Amino acid sequence: MEHFEVRATLARRAPGNRQQAVVGVNASGNVEILVERTLSETETLVEVTTAITGYRALWQAVIEDFFSRCPTGGLRFAINDGGAKPDVVSLRLMQSAQQMGGGQ
Amino acid sequence: MTLDEVLASLFPAGNTVQRGSHGVVSGTGKIEGHADVAVIGIVDGTPLSVDGALVLAGHVLDLVSKGGGGTLMVLVDTSSQNMARRDELLGLNEFLAHLSKSLTLAAAEGLYTIGVLYGHAAAGAFISTALSTQILVALPGAFPSVMDLPSISRVTKLPLETLSDLAKSTPIFAPGLEPLFATGAVTEKWELATLQSQLKAVLARRPSGFADERDSIGLQRKGRLEARAIAQRVIDEAASHA
Amino acid sequence: MSNLIDLVNHDYYEASARDRIAGILDPGSFHEFLGAENRTISPHLAQFNLTGAFDDGLIVGAGRLEGQPVYVAAQEGRFMGGAFGEIHGAKLVGLLRAAAANGARKGIKAVLLLLDTGGVRLQEANAGELSISEAVHGIVEARLAGVPVIALVGGRSGAFGGGGIVTAFCSRIIVSDHGRIGVSGPEVIETNKGVEEFDAKDKGLVWRVTGGRTRAMMGGADCFVRDRIKDFRAAAIAQIGAAAPFTLATLVAEQKRLAARLQSYGDCRDAPEIWRIAGIADPASIAEVSEEAFASLPRLKEAAHDAR
Repeated sequence: MEHFEVRATLARRAPGNRQQAVVGVNASGNVEILVERTLSETETLVEVTTAITGYRALWQAVIEDFFSRCPTGGLRFAINDGGAKPDVVSLRLMQSAQQMGGGQ
Repeated sequence: MTLDEVLASLFPAGNTVQRGSHGVVSGTGKIEGHADVAVIGIVDGTPLSVDGALVLAGHVLDLVSKGGGGTLMVLVDTSSQNMARRDELLGLNEFLAHLSKSLTLAAAEGLYTIGVLYGHAAAGAFISTALSTQILVALPGAFPSVMDLPSISRVTKLPLETLSDLAKSTPIFAPGLEPLFATGAVTEKWELATLQSQLKAVLARRPSGFADERDSIGLQRKGRLEARAIAQRVIDEAASHA
Repeated sequence: MSNLIDLVNHDYYEASARDRIAGILDPGSFHEFLGAENRTISPHLAQFNLTGAFDDGLIVGAGRLEGQPVYVAAQEGRFMGGAFGEIHGAKLVGLLRAAAANGARKGIKAVLLLLDTGGVRLQEANAGELSISEAVHGIVEARLAGVPVIALVGGRSGAFGGGGIVTAFCSRIIVSDHGRIGVSGPEVIETNKGVEEFDAKDKGLVWRVTGGRTRAMMGGADCFVRDRIKDFRAAAIAQIGAAAPFTLATLVAEQKRLAARLQSYGDCRDAPEIWRIAGIADPASIAEVSEEAFASLPRLKEAAHDAR
């Protein structure tokens, strides 16, 4: 079991006003992501919990790529990993940021 | 313990309990200084089938129909629910639920329901018999379980040895009396030497309400640390929601 | 959430638990209790090297159904097979106790249980089993307080093990083709009793023995619907008013209903044998006709009395 965080401080504010969303399911080859608008507008954070150890560098690369493509300032992401491949993780992160773009 | 030993220990003053079909027993037990108690049971390690569950439920509903409260003792020694294509086809889930509902209705209607586990009880048969009574006592030799360790090992893909080690540090998954006592499933453990006084104490301690307090017991015994608080948080949020 | 107009037309089977809730309740009316932000992750999974879910695979809350307040619980059948663990089960127990304690005062018309479960989560088997026992007690408490509990079964995990027992405690049961209901799963029976007793790889047999059509025909469910979220929604609205109270009379009627089933079909080991005894002209067709055609078929006479 491995737990780590990836942070960034130069993030642009994530659009929208939605406070929280849940995307995906922790099932085999999938991830569950909880997103909350709880950080300051220039901060963002992804917390990862995974049972598959030894891929921290890969996670870091996927998450940093996500930060560079998507304004996520203010958003805190928490991932429960069910053994997802990097493209699935990328997709779910994008979906979760998109969900926060709406109202509420 | 055999059924005869159990009956002799519980009712030294005598009983009329008789074996019926499908591993089911029924009758009454005499207790000195106390009204007779009604007795039903699934015994001899017989798997609980659609047939057995329906016979048992019929006895329970007859008692409820008579009214007047009283005490109903449910003797349990069953390997598990009957694992058969025919039982599943016929809707075993309905038959087990029907028995469990009948026992729950009996308690709601003022019968004092006491489960007496003296052998095995597992999985769905455990839920619909022993776990459907207000008080569950375990006699020496009782071995309740949800699933045996080899089966858990197959599903979780953890070696049996690892599971056996884990089972020593947590009562949360392992079969047996001690873990199920700790989690609040079993209310009391009785010893033969003190059985009569324990029986009389339980008979004198009739529950006043219908509330299910097993999560509080599990918390007190440190076997189930989260359930009580989680249920309460949901209740509190629901209460404050318009 | 996804687009709501899409959701109601969506397959029930493929939808997530959250999407099922969103599509069944009035749009935007759902309010979750103990939501994911509380991070109520199972404390027991890490020792099995498993990650958890923020809601432990069960979503509970309040919402509206055609304007009427209801409580709802939905199991996520893809997380741990929708199985009952300590937290998962305790959330359901809490919701049912809330319905019993405050439901009548708050005007709660029903509790909807969107079941999708293989039964007890073996990694926390004792806590899961007990929570099922507490949940069925909670269902009785809610029903005695005048709040019907409606089961909806149509997910990939069906309603097995203790989940099958929970289903049959409910006031009414709505099922789709996919809604398999039972106690011992086919694999469990095959493992314990051999392949000649139950060949779990024979999918046709599995569906005939445990599937939604068989349950609906025989009275193991009250209502068969197409695999659409909107069909489940419409059925839930219709079934609330048909719910029987939890009384001695209801259980005596159930005793008769189940006795009649055993009397007529007690020797059968496959569904077509039952359909043949019941006088259905083409027993094999029951498994093959379209959902619409099946839904319009009359049920067995032993199923006509829905007491449960």
